[in-house]
Order: sequence, then structure tokens, then C-alpha cells
Amino acid sequence: MSELRSWTQIPIGGYITEPQNSVKNKTGSWRTQRPVIDQDACTRCRICWLYCPEPAILELNKPYVTKGGRKYNLTFEINYDYCKGCGICANECPVKAIKMVPEVV
Amino acid sequence: MTQVVEKGRERSVVVGKVGLTTNYAVAHAVKDVDVDVVAAYPITPQTTIIERLAEYVANGELDAEFIPVESEHSALSAAVGASAAGARVFTATSAQGLELMHEILHIASGLRLPIVMAVPGRALSAPISIHGDYQDLMNVRDTGWIIYIASTAQEAYDTVIEAFRVAEDPRVLLPVIVSYDGFLMSHTTEPVEVYDVKAVREFTPRRHGARPLLNPERPVTMGALATPDWYYEIKYQAINALKASRSVIDEVDSEFNRRFGRSYGAVEGFMLDDADYILVTYGGAATWNALEAAKEARGRGLRAGVLRIRLFRPFPTNDLVKKLADAKAVAVVDRAIAPGSPVEGPVFKDVYIALREYGVDKPVISVIHGISQRTMYVRDFYELYYKLKDIASTGNVPRESLYMGLR
Repeated sequence: MSELRSWTQIPIGGYITEPQNSVKNKTGSWRTQRPVIDQDACTRCRICWLYCPEPAILELNKPYVTKGGRKYNLTFEINYDYCKGCGICANECPVKAIKMVPEVV
Repeated sequence: MTQVVEKGRERSVVVGKVGLTTNYAVAHAVKDVDVDVVAAYPITPQTTIIERLAEYVANGELDAEFIPVESEHSALSAAVGASAAGARVFTATSAQGLELMHEILHIASGLRLPIVMAVPGRALSAPISIHGDYQDLMNVRDTGWIIYIASTAQEAYDTVIEAFRVAEDPRVLLPVIVSYDGFLMSHTTEPVEVYDVKAVREFTPRRHGARPLLNPERPVTMGALATPDWYYEIKYQAINALKASRSVIDEVDSEFNRRFGRSYGAVEGFMLDDADYILVTYGGAATWNALEAAKEARGRGLRAGVLRIRLFRPFPTNDLVKKLADAKAVAVVDRAIAPGSPVEGPVFKDVYIALREYGVDKPVISVIHGISQRTMYVRDFYELYYKLKDIASTGNVPRESLYMGLR
């Protein structure tokens, strides 16, 4: 349901007749604050990935070298299409590598 | 004794004429249309419908799942679930029971589930009353259900059959209430012609594939959250379906006439052709007593008539305006109250708005009567006709509801 359809174009009673169509419903627009990961501070511990209720933390096979020269094979990023900005990741991050930044229109 | 009667354009099979209370007539119709699920909780004056249906199920006359729930909230919730899975479902309630169902009433119409429910109307507590009026029905007016109000046991029997056909029509898919007078009809025995079961079932065929159903093989989600971007559109679908149901309601009534030799229309007029003074009524007792009064008034030279509203939702605005356009004065008799409204008759408000919307500027007064079965005497209605005559000649139209029978 990415485009806003008229009442004549919606299934009767608002039934969802297509399983797993919730992925089409980009819920990220609800967000008032966005989490931003400091890739240099992040220790790749997966706590944010574990706690995210959506889940909107992406674990990517993307190598990263920190400013201090430490090499990681993984990178964690936020899927902003679905992240609702609840802030749990920022709260749980043991090294405070995630900051909540206000969304500005 | 099966008697084949030629009526209307097609042959219909009348099995016989039996004495039935309106509640038993309703139960009979529910058996004849072969419902799959009955979920109900007993409450006066509805109880005897459910007792009779429980008997039918227990003795094998009706092959249905009878769910003895713990409350009316559960009764309609179970009905919603069963209907969502594709079952033909019936329930019934009155008064506090209907109030307890209230939030699920909106869910049934919003989810477009063709449940049929009988509501013998009853006054609401407090003070506690088990007696009849239509306060319960008026309180659920805006829940998006199709609402019929029957005036005889025969009509209730016929209307329940029509109701299943209308509700399940793919162009409608809405729940339907069939209401009638608590006690004065629900517990009064009248002669009722019942039809051959085969003919009734032919008239109410199962419509497979008319709507998506709960089915593990083909999962669907019903009743999901609709954000402000979606709620309005989904709700409007049901609002529009209720408006559009009128043509199907008429079509089904005509076809019922062809098959069974009876039709009722959305409104029923008595002696209206030249009527100057018209009482607008609904239900049995108010209508038939008003008709007696009209006959007496006619006997004394007053051109009196009665207009009964049978289809309450969707409101038959056009039909009503046509029938009332030539009257000199009209009174709307309500057996329910809309407290604190500018004028306190709930159906009066509909009638008044309908007339004004169509530019018909006639004196229309609101009359409250028959509250908690306060006796509505024929002479009360007779006096009303003369009151209308006075109003028409003096132009002195009361601005407030007239509370008849009140000490």
C-alpha cells in the first residue's frame, strides 16, 4: 500500500488478502527521531540488532576500517524505511555509538 | 398437509398456516434458511427465539452449531468469527444485550459480515424494564447495519428470509437487524404461513466465492489497523454499501413476491391516496392502533392515513417524501426518545429532515408514546388526528415533542 488509493480501489472491509504485504507499508514515516550509528565507535556486538523490535537494523557484509585502524568484516546500518525511531537501539548500545537525531522536514 | 398455492407470477409452496409468536416465526425462518451457526445469550423478550432454535438443533431439525456464549458481547463476537469463516450466522438480542454488543456492531458492519440478528425492541434500564419500546434499536441506529422493523409475525418470518438474501448479496455484504415490538409481537401468537423448506433454500442460495474468508490455505487478515491514511476510505466503503443496498433490498422484496406472493416495500401506506392527516409509525402496535384510529376518524369524515416505516436503514427518504407530500399535517409517533435533542423523537428527526431536504414544508410534529409498553390506546391516535387538524388550520405547530400517555 505504498500509494494512497481511493475507497473504490481498496479490498472490501480493508481486508489484507495478500500475505506479507506489510513490507509494502513503509512505516518509517512515523519517526520523529532517527538513530544514527557512529561506525567508528560501534564494536559490532549485535545488541542493537537483537533488541530492535521492528527489526530495522541491517547486518551487512560490508568491510569497514575505523579511524583507529581496526578492521571489521561487518557493518550495521539502519533501515530507515521501517525504523520508527523508538530509540531502543540507542538506549541499549553498550558503547553509546547510536545517537537519536531529530527528523527535520 | 402440503398445499400448493398459486400466487403472484410464480407458484409458491405454502406448507401450511400455523400459530406462531413473532419470536417463533423468526426461529422458524432461521431454520428454514438453514443457518450454520447460532451464537446467542438469552434476554427477555428475545429468549424464546433462542430456546426454539436450541430445540431445533437438539432434535436434529436444524443442522447448526449452537454456541451458548457467556454474554451478548461474546455472542456477536462469535457470530463475527463464524461469519468471517464463511458460515451463515444468526443471533438475536434485546435491550441491555444489544447495548453490550455495541462495539461489535460496528465491527460486524466494518468487516462487511452478513450476519442476521433479530431484535424484539425493549426499553433500557434504569429503571429496570423488561417491556417493549424501541430505545435499544434507536441506540444502534448509526452502527451501519441494515435495519428492518416488522409489524406482524408473518412479516418477521418473511423479512428474516429476505434479510439473509440481502445481507449475503455480493453487492451488499452487510449485517442486518430485523426488529419488531417486544412482547406485543414477540410473545403474541398470530397465524403465519410457512413455506416449503426447499423453496426457501432456493431463494437463499449459498454464495460461494462472494467474499474473502478466513481460510488457512489462503490466509487473509481482517480487522487490521488502518492508519489515518486508510481508515476514512475503508469506512466509506461500508457507508456507501449501506446506501447502495437499497436497490438490492427492493429487488429481493420483488422476487420474494414472485416466489411467495408477499412483498412489503420500504414504507407501507394505509389510506394515503387522499389523506390530509397522516401518522407515521413503525412496528406493530403503533401501526395497527393508528390504523384503527384512522378508520374511526374516516368514519367521521376526517381524511386520516397511516404511513408505516418498514425499512429504517437505509432510510427510505424518497418513498416517504412522496407519500407525505400532499398531507396537510403529519405526526411521527416514536416509541423511543432522543434526550436533549431539539425535538426528542428519533425517527421524527429523520422524517423532518427528509421532508425539508425535498422542500416539503408541512407541519410535522413529534409524538412520544408506548415507552416501556405504556399502553397506546386507539383513542390516543384518534385524538392525534384531530390535533393535526387543529395544527393545520391554526398554523400553530408545537416546537417540542408531545409526550402522550405520560402522567
